[in-house]
Amino acid sequence: MNIVVCVKYVPDAQADRTFSDSDKTTDRSNVAGLLSELDEYAVEEALKIKEAHDGEVTVLTIGPAEAADATKKALQMGADKAVHVKDDAIHGSDAGATSLLLARAIAKLDPQPDLVLTGMASTDGTMGVVPTMLAERLGLPAVTYASELTVTEGAVSVRRDGDLASQTIEASLPALVSVTDQINEPRYPSFKGIMAAKKKPVDTWSLSDIGVDAGEVGLGSSWTTVESFAARPPRQQGTIVADEGDGGQKLAAFLAEHKFV
Amino acid sequence: MAVVLVLVDHLDGKVRKTTAELLTIARRIGEPSSVFLGANVQAAADILGKYGSQKIYHCDSAELTDYLVVPQAELLAQLVAETSAVAVLIPSTPEGKEVAARLAVKTGYGLVTDAVDVQSVDGRIVTTQSVFAGSYTVKSTPSKGNAVITVKPNSAPPQQQPAQPELTPVDFTASDLARTARITASSPKEKSGRPELTEAAIVVSGGRGTGGDFTKVEDFADSLRAAVGASRAAVDAGWYPHTSQVGQTGKQVSPQLYVACGISGAIQHRAGMQTSKTIIAVNKDQEAPIFELVDFGVVGDLFAVLPQATDAVKSSKG
Ligand SMILES: Cc1cc2nc3c(=O)[nH]c(=O)nc-3n(C[C@H](O)[C@H](O)[C@H](O)COP(=O)(O)OP(=O)(O)OC[C@H]3O[C@@H](n4cnc5c(N)ncnc54)[C@H](O)[C@@H]3O)c2cc1C
Repeated sequence: MNIVVCVKYVPDAQADRTFSDSDKTTDRSNVAGLLSELDEYAVEEALKIKEAHDGEVTVLTIGPAEAADATKKALQMGADKAVHVKDDAIHGSDAGATSLLLARAIAKLDPQPDLVLTGMASTDGTMGVVPTMLAERLGLPAVTYASELTVTEGAVSVRRDGDLASQTIEASLPALVSVTDQINEPRYPSFKGIMAAKKKPVDTWSLSDIGVDAGEVGLGSSWTTVESFAARPPRQQGTIVADEGDGGQKLAAFLAEHKFV
Repeated sequence: MAVVLVLVDHLDGKVRKTTAELLTIARRIGEPSSVFLGANVQAAADILGKYGSQKIYHCDSAELTDYLVVPQAELLAQLVAETSAVAVLIPSTPEGKEVAARLAVKTGYGLVTDAVDVQSVDGRIVTTQSVFAGSYTVKSTPSKGNAVITVKPNSAPPQQQPAQPELTPVDFTASDLARTARITASSPKEKSGRPELTEAAIVVSGGRGTGGDFTKVEDFADSLRAAVGASRAAVDAGWYPHTSQVGQTGKQVSPQLYVACGISGAIQHRAGMQTSKTIIAVNKDQEAPIFELVDFGVVGDLFAVLPQATDAVKSSKG
């Protein structure tokens, strides 16, 4: 079973994130980056499948030089090798272009993966559409938001919790599955894992390596153009009262005053 | 006039309110046509007409329901080609976003998800999104003019503009790819009788501070006819279903009023509720970060504060 896990390097959500004024893309210069936490669940799931079914786990990332940190963490957790697609022309790529880059990089893998795993969404853009767009480009079935994943002969079975029902979905392999943070508890890299990661192969590929033209990606080729961005006005801190036996009444009075009752 | 396709969200022909919102938005950028998938299109036709639908494309093929989203995207792509629609509006549900993602790749249209507003500005489609845990508002426009847009609930007050929609059946055969993933079992969720989380005007949420006892949260919610939400800590502990989770990896809610009870206000929780119009918190810890956001806060034990508030709300209603 060959598994490729797509991981993203993102600005830390705990920090103040903003946009760069010049080109209206995410400003990464002042904020520490890390492996998107939601991708750790995908890495963990890949490792568990490998432990049960053998095979190889490759992590794939697209991004600037620093993005190698995201793959490093995955290698420390136990992935076997990494691929980093890096090229200045990639800057500003939107979901459509990102899915194109991932698809072309995956097409170059040898052997081809049986399973493509991703997190449910990145913690920066949070659109959650790259997995499906990638599956569409690869011509694969996609099962998104998996909260349980079982691999059987030539197929995957996934549990997915929706508003109306909890569903079981079966897809034939090869397939793409995106996982939620309900699926497992990602492991911490062990000391042994950290040491072993240093010797694991990391391939760095440029656009020409994966057969993508610079004009197909980056800011200039994006399907949507950001016209403006504005910080949400800071909320005025409201009234805070200590409960002195009448907190509930005060709360109800606030609701009445603001016509909620 | 340019055609705007609206994917109808319905349950057995009963159209959800978000569809009326989408049709209202569609009229700003062109002439809306509804796409109705599944049975009972007749039951839906009235309401779709009331909100200005000029045409209703409908298809009741079993392939649309058995095989996840691929057939829906294929059928929409077929209609986009036939109608040269400038935009396709789809509800921002997990499934809707998936349909939109496949459709955008198929059509090469710009993709915008979770729009909270869509306008026509000098003939361009301009969408508004709330990003970075609700701390920024971004306006974008599709680079090539056309777009697939998923729209969040409550993004526009539905306005009627009656039309006599023409019903057009659609012939459709799913591709082989569409058959590679299918739903093999489905167990319906229990209904709480409360309003739906993402559509509710008021949401009352409980966190780890409930210690697993949500009755006070529920009683208070019921007195306000509110939906009940939960933090991830409460969900992970098994106290409340995952589908009630509010936050980055749960639901994004934007109600008139959000009440956080026993919730500290971690960034991932804030990501799901920060855009609520009015925010109230009840928390024992006056240092809890949630208090930075609130219009009104009570520093106190939720087991004392909520029952008293519930009684006061009930008695004020008489
Ligand atoms: C990748 C990722 C995704 C995440 N996604 C989400 C998400 O979608 N939604 C989400 O909510 N979290 C999410 N989290 C988790 C988030 O970081 C917090 O851990 C979580 O929100 C904490 O929940 P809580 O506020 O209920 O618990 P705590 O942080 O433990 O806070 C409990 C609060 O209750 C108060 N309290 C205790 N007893 C009482 C009482 N009797 N009366 C009043 N107050 C009381 C305490 O003072 C405290 O402030 C995510 C985390 C990660 C890493």
